[in-house]
Amino acid sequence: MWIDLLPIALLGGLLGLDVVSFPQAMISRPLVAATLAGTLIGHSLSGLLVGAALELIALDTLPFGASRYPEWGSAAVVGGAIFATHSSHPAGAMEMAMIASLTTAWVGGWTMVKLRERNAYWAARRRAALDAGARGTVIDLQLLCMTADLLRGGLLAAASYALFAPLTSLAIGAWSSDARISRAVVVTVAASVAVSAGLKIFHGVSGARWLFLGGLAVGLGIMAVL
Amino acid sequence: MIAAAIAPLPRPERRTALPVRTQIAMFLRLLAIQGSWNYEILLGNGIGFCLEPALRLLPEGIHSDHFKQALARESKYFNAHPYLAAVAVGALARAELDGEAPERIERFRTALCGPLGSVGDRLVWAGWLPFCSLLALAVFGLGGGPVLVLSVFLGSYNFGHFGLRLWGLRTGWKNGLRVASALANPVLRNGPQQIGRLAALATGFAIPLALYRVIGPGRVLLGGVLTAVILSALLLVRLRGRIEGWRLALFILAAFALFSVAH
Repeated sequence: MWIDLLPIALLGGLLGLDVVSFPQAMISRPLVAATLAGTLIGHSLSGLLVGAALELIALDTLPFGASRYPEWGSAAVVGGAIFATHSSHPAGAMEMAMIASLTTAWVGGWTMVKLRERNAYWAARRRAALDAGARGTVIDLQLLCMTADLLRGGLLAAASYALFAPLTSLAIGAWSSDARISRAVVVTVAASVAVSAGLKIFHGVSGARWLFLGGLAVGLGIMAVL
Repeated sequence: MIAAAIAPLPRPERRTALPVRTQIAMFLRLLAIQGSWNYEILLGNGIGFCLEPALRLLPEGIHSDHFKQALARESKYFNAHPYLAAVAVGALARAELDGEAPERIERFRTALCGPLGSVGDRLVWAGWLPFCSLLALAVFGLGGGPVLVLSVFLGSYNFGHFGLRLWGLRTGWKNGLRVASALANPVLRNGPQQIGRLAALATGFAIPLALYRVIGPGRVLLGGVLTAVILSALLLVRLRGRIEGWRLALFILAAFALFSVAH
């Protein structure tokens, strides 16, 4: 586990940076971040599976302006790495990976707020130079804040992985619920959040309900054939 | 503060285009426009950061009072969607290099904040992002592997993302202070509605397929899962605003884990 900590911290830092600071190319979305973390551990498909479940939940939280939202980049790295570590997917592994990710995303959202407050403090301390149009100060402030964000994501991912990886192993050892029921619970929760998020996001779009129902019919039809 | 009483900038010859090197520098900096986002000046410093390569082209250079005054003006409070802020950066670069009056530039900056925020939020955060995410989930549900799923998501999303930033920078530069008319572009005006329709369709299509693939060993319980999903989603919609879905998900999963471990 400890040997994985540094690469996970690096990946968590880079993907945490993507959430807001640079480059917002959405490599921080759970679907991508968890798959990359799974690849890092050597089991990309496990990362993709947990990433898809997390992506369903992440549809509920879109990064509007100054709103406060969970930080999925570093969080999905933790979940993807934990689930990929248990590549035989024993009962409880996906639950624990999801719990690790959701908790990290919650804490990550809080650390982003704190970082933004710190950025404001740094900007205020440089107010005179900024008002004087000091080129070096404008650039330095930007780089300082981005470096702090990189460190924030990296430390968060490392600390969360260090906490949840052993906890997951312990939980899997003591897990008593049936594997099928365990997985069904995860899927029910994730899909419910996704459907409600979809209805919430598109409720103002004309014809959206009918399109949703049409898509659902096609999706269920394909599912029946698969 | 810079002394306000410096001589006005002589009207320079109107540039038709920015040097390619400057355009590249501005575009790369646009990717980091939110790097110093904070609750006091929001995107303000980011705007100054992105404009700085263009301001270097001011006739008197980076050590002049005009450069410093322009950079100070552009690093003040600003709010916009990060991708559409490219429109503001392009337009402000044009205004500064054309030697527009500072008061006019400041009024323009203030007027631009609202539209660039709301249009971008509806087009990207509530439209393009969920659509691309659902598209990738559909590919995943149809059996796509990691490379294919990630390629579909990152390819489609960033086609729109980088395209919008490039369009914004060029349109802003081309139109300068008259850029408001460009915001009537059909993609910006009708895009959110059209993408919203596609995303609604994709929501219905992708979620059952993704669910089918993730469920794995729980597939025997599929009928019950689908019923539970529909009922709990309707319940969540009715609870809208009182609880966030992801928090509820964490609570339910943690409770189930505790039950499974302690039972």
